Amino acid sequence: MKPVYILSDNIISSLGFTTAENILSLEKGTIGIRTVNDPALYPGPVQLSLVDTDQLNVKFSEVLAIHAKKNPPESFTRLEKFFIISIHNGLKSHPVAPGNPRTLLVISTTKGNINLLENQYKIMFSHHRLYLWELGNIVAKFFGFSNPPIIISNACISGVVAIMTASRFLQSGAYDHAVVTGGDIASEFVISGFQSFQAISPEPCKPFDLNRTGLSLGEGCGTMVLSTHPGNTGAPCIRVAGAATTNDANHISGPSRTGEELGGAIRKAMLQAMVTPMEVGYISAHGTATPFNDEMESKAIEFSKLSAVPVNSFKGYWGHTLGAAGIVESVAATSSLRNNFLYRSAGFETPGVPAALNVVTVNQPAELKICLKTASGFGGCNAAILYQKD
Amino acid sequence: MADATQQSFIRKIKMDRIITSYSHLHDNKVIVNGRLIFYQENILKFADFVKTVFKQEQIVYPRFYKMDAISKLGFLAVELVLKEQTIDGYDRDTVGVVLCNSSSSLETDIAHNDTIKDRTAYFPSPSVFVYTLPNIVIGEVCIKNKIKGENAFLISESFNGRLLCDYVDELFNSKRVDACLCGWVEVLGNNCNALMVLVENQDDEKVNKSPGFNPVIFNEENLNFIMKHN
Repeated sequence: MKPVYILSDNIISSLGFTTAENILSLEKGTIGIRTVNDPALYPGPVQLSLVDTDQLNVKFSEVLAIHAKKNPPESFTRLEKFFIISIHNGLKSHPVAPGNPRTLLVISTTKGNINLLENQYKIMFSHHRLYLWELGNIVAKFFGFSNPPIIISNACISGVVAIMTASRFLQSGAYDHAVVTGGDIASEFVISGFQSFQAISPEPCKPFDLNRTGLSLGEGCGTMVLSTHPGNTGAPCIRVAGAATTNDANHISGPSRTGEELGGAIRKAMLQAMVTPMEVGYISAHGTATPFNDEMESKAIEFSKLSAVPVNSFKGYWGHTLGAAGIVESVAATSSLRNNFLYRSAGFETPGVPAALNVVTVNQPAELKICLKTASGFGGCNAAILYQKD
Repeated sequence: MADATQQSFIRKIKMDRIITSYSHLHDNKVIVNGRLIFYQENILKFADFVKTVFKQEQIVYPRFYKMDAISKLGFLAVELVLKEQTIDGYDRDTVGVVLCNSSSSLETDIAHNDTIKDRTAYFPSPSVFVYTLPNIVIGEVCIKNKIKGENAFLISESFNGRLLCDYVDELFNSKRVDACLCGWVEVLGNNCNALMVLVENQDDEKVNKSPGFNPVIFNEENLNFIMKHN
């Protein structure tokens, strides 16, 4: 099996348009979740982490100008702009050619261009744009990818599944390089749905805290450029060492009560990576801050004998970015590996989960070699992925 | 010489992966392992089609009536496959489910959107919203059959046997699954098309050795053949 290295990456969130901007915000402790009063998104005030629209359009014009030769003038949706800027930034520092037949594009999203169901967009964009494969075609065509993209839509584990899928096709030798990108926008569709579940916290979310009352929604996009050839950037090489998914087979909207199934995904990922619990130095948890998710996750971590390992959730900074979450959080987690630095789990004050966790409460340096990223979602799905620094 | 041996060895592994049971539901027809088990001359609405087949097959599962269209269709397709070939011999965390379609959950997305487009009648409902993700059908299938292994939902413009084979082959090659349900589950309006296959390793002792169907090799050609001609 071929090793799979992370060559470069990107995060677009409320905290910036590059990985560096986002990591700097984590270092400073800046939180991107705010009270938003926008009738286009929800009839009342709601906590959201939003990408700045003016900045988005400026950045997009810059990217468009660079690619203008290949692309006739066309309108792009908010999400398409996310993907295009993120891939552009992800590819900037590394010469992986989209047109190379050995390069694969994997896209993760839960809802794609779902805002196009709203009347205001119906005249601007063709109904076809609602189809996730059409979204994929638009992104692939923009950069001239020669292979049709693989599109993953698997609820909140989509991003991790996308990285895992790309890694597997690289490990098996089917491709040499992969661009993995995941994104979702904040939409009335999704906000109203989570509100109907009474799952949205009235203040910025507080993962693993005693007083957590729900999640905060966010929007964003993340990109990882993977290759079977290590880059020669001089920076430490980080590999995708193992990954797995499982299903709770229990409930479509509530997580397992025992955490055994997420524990199963962690066990399978560690087995593939040939890593023992003792070797895992850090966990980037799903940590949505809903009462049940965090409870389940604490049990899964205990079940996997990882209770002593430092753990954080990035959702306290930029909220739950759905189809982007698995990728943006993996990028942040691998930045921790690269920089030997752990970020405080924003929103956490008082331990509030049944199984003890070692939640990171202050930013701190730490010698790191292996980190675990977990995710769980509707439909009872769980995913675990391990990153290892060589 | 060594190369030739290795190549034939690799080919043998590929040959050994078989479809041991399949179902295909489309155009008022239901075909299971080459047999037409349901056909209705008059065009049925989707809801009536799946309900009639559900009743004819005497499946007892009250949860079925709560499901959205894709979940009903995928659930039914899996029940028909597993009626013919049991997966009882497997540890449930070694059984995978990999599904694909074109319109994701668009049918149910429109239903949820209808509950929020009018501010004077704003009634988003969790029981609709939860189905606005395509992988919920995988959750339903896993709940019914206690399947806990690898799961993934992929999106493709049209039926793509190659994508499904590539994805599932990799799961078998890397020993992540011993058996896998794999298929296409598409519903939009009254048009539906579901193709579900059970993939197993021929030489695995856990395979039920008296299936009601003469297994065929699991590959792109056979998936496309079933889709076109059955």
